[in-house]
Amino acid sequence: MRYVDEFRDRDLCTDRLDAIRSVGAELGRHVKIMEICGGHTHTIYRNGLPGLLPDNIEFVHGPGCPVCVVPMGRIDDVRHLVENDGVVLCTFGDVVRVPGRNGSLLEAKAKGADVRIVYSPMDALDIARREADRVVVFLALGFETTTPPTAATILRARAEGVANFAVHCNHVLVNPAILAILEAPGQSIDAFVGPGHVSAIIGTGTYEYVPREWGKPFVVSGFEPLDLLQALEMILVQLREGRAEIENQYSRVVTPGGNSHAQALVDEVFEVRPHFEWRGLGSIASSALAVRPEFSDWDAEVRFDLPGVRLEDARACQCGEILKGALKPWQCKVFGTGCTPEHPIGSCMVSAEGACAAYYSYGSQGLRSDGTVAS
Amino acid sequence: MSGTRAEVPRSISERLRDRPVVRDRAVTSSHGAGGKAQAALLEGLLFESYGSDELRREEDGAVLHTAGAERLVFTTDSFVVTPREFPGGSLGRLAVFGTVNDLAVMGADPRWISVALILEEGFAMDELRKVADDIAAAASEAGVAIVTGDTKVVERGRGDGVYVNTAGIGFLPEGLDLGAHRVVPGDRVVVSGNIGDHGTAVLLARGELAFAGDVRSDCGTVTELTRALLEAAPGTRWMRDPTRGGLASVCAELAAGSGAGIVLNETALPIRPTVRAACELLGIDPLYVANEGKVVAVVPEDEADSAVEALRRLEGGGAAAVVGTVAEDSAGVVLLETAVGGKRVVDQLVGDPLPRIC
Ligand code: SF4
Repeated sequence: MRYVDEFRDRDLCTDRLDAIRSVGAELGRHVKIMEICGGHTHTIYRNGLPGLLPDNIEFVHGPGCPVCVVPMGRIDDVRHLVENDGVVLCTFGDVVRVPGRNGSLLEAKAKGADVRIVYSPMDALDIARREADRVVVFLALGFETTTPPTAATILRARAEGVANFAVHCNHVLVNPAILAILEAPGQSIDAFVGPGHVSAIIGTGTYEYVPREWGKPFVVSGFEPLDLLQALEMILVQLREGRAEIENQYSRVVTPGGNSHAQALVDEVFEVRPHFEWRGLGSIASSALAVRPEFSDWDAEVRFDLPGVRLEDARACQCGEILKGALKPWQCKVFGTGCTPEHPIGSCMVSAEGACAAYYSYGSQGLRSDGTVAS
Repeated sequence: MSGTRAEVPRSISERLRDRPVVRDRAVTSSHGAGGKAQAALLEGLLFESYGSDELRREEDGAVLHTAGAERLVFTTDSFVVTPREFPGGSLGRLAVFGTVNDLAVMGADPRWISVALILEEGFAMDELRKVADDIAAAASEAGVAIVTGDTKVVERGRGDGVYVNTAGIGFLPEGLDLGAHRVVPGDRVVVSGNIGDHGTAVLLARGELAFAGDVRSDCGTVTELTRALLEAAPGTRWMRDPTRGGLASVCAELAAGSGAGIVLNETALPIRPTVRAACELLGIDPLYVANEGKVVAVVPEDEADSAVEALRRLEGGGAAAVVGTVAEDSAGVVLLETAVGGKRVVDQLVGDPLPRIC
């Protein structure tokens, strides 16, 4: 059986790679391209793309892995909830492995805490309806893609008067993170691959400042290998022609204005927080969402007394440098020794979308003949 | 960028050969998922206490030498599954086939099994009867006799309805020598059919997904398949049934155990479109999804075609295919040649494949 999906077709990909090689050669210099979204990081490694690219084209991995940027303090908060307030804590699969100060939610579960994996916030609301004698908290996180379903769930909970349900909101916004990376001292990124699903919600128009004020090409891409290769080619052509523009490779899904229905939903339920702590990146202004006061009955941060401790990231952890694209995963001192997918120190090692985990698991840029990984 | 050390990364094979250590303070679900956490539990804790040569081989069963010329294979396995019935199978059938298949892939002819039940107070007799009937039917299908057993009851709340343990014994044909030590570069990796059916069917049967698909578990005996394979490819080097952890995990174990490199070909992997779609939606890689009626074998290059042909003639073997090659380089590592022509490492997972967010 063969992949019928044209976006994984070897011949089409080979054509794009040839084009990339020739434009890359014309450019004749080292080019650093950041893919913002963890989904892209995953596609790049899963398909072994780095080994196919010319030496002067380098992907650096951005902050768009939602699981990777959740700080320890927030994990400790929900752990406190499930261990001390006896709530049922629901969240997405890979979140349960994110380390908090005293271990992950998976470890809390092993000690008897009621942690359940769900596939959508509506599943958590269903549990609340079924188990009316329990309080069910949904640990919500993710960029703009996962926010509308959380908003819809809170609206549903209000409409149906489900009182034993609350959301612990960690939804974050992509643009403040991009800006933080652009403003980081020593930043040397030539161009960006823009997120696909996020852009479907917020639209490509929101990235205008990147080419305008920073002079960097920004190409929104889909998630199949061919998508990424096409986006990469578009970026290189812009660089060769000295242009810096927003382009949309993923036009089968993404529009300039985004999904106004989803935007309205989010607007109704959430407001922007003044500050939010990102793992690795520190506090970023106006970078995350909180539940609006009108919905405080469904806001776990209002309903419960949470420790709300701000914790420093682990000392050895260099996730911040990874998330800014300043370091390669293997350059972190604890990569593969103290920090592995079995025992992550930093969260970039947790999710399959995290750069460190992807690098560790997929061996990244292909093996050198001596069995080491080429950087 | 302070604190940066530009150094050559440790080789992947070196990294994969790290001795597992148990650093967790308590058992978590990952320790039973057939991945790295489980390997660490075995090698870093259990074998420290009672590791024998047979155990440390980490095969699907142990070869026992009797006083005569005869050799026996002995294996055991415990079963829990939610839900207890799913399209294509059930707990009772799984418990019999799991053990029978472990014997079959050791090359043995399965003969006798034991059945031990741990029952929870309050478990409905009707349900128990169903489990027992399934066990009986599966044993007769697989041609094994149930010759000994045990029953324990635990207090309500101390068990999940019913746990089943089975152990099995079979005869090993004379002269047959299977194992990772026989694998050499140039050999081919063969699978007996579509991968990922069982794990996907069970996941869908739990009904937790807003996604219904028509996927049946492949839960069944592989004895016919292994027999046909050994006949068509008498030089067969090694066989496994890729249950928990899937094809990826058994290949990773083979690479580690043989010191050889394995290169899998993504476009050659037989995967049903519905399974592929469900996995894609959940962000799970079908390479890691459980199978309960499949065989993975390493055969000499010149016997690969006849092996595939023989498998394809059998029920459940229609999608058999050569999916990979044993390579000289990349020692101890499994590589996947991706559909677009890239290469990546296929590592063992830590625990169960967890669905990715978004
Ligand atoms: S190796 Fe671990 S600690 Fe280091 S950057 Fe990656 S995730 Fe963070």
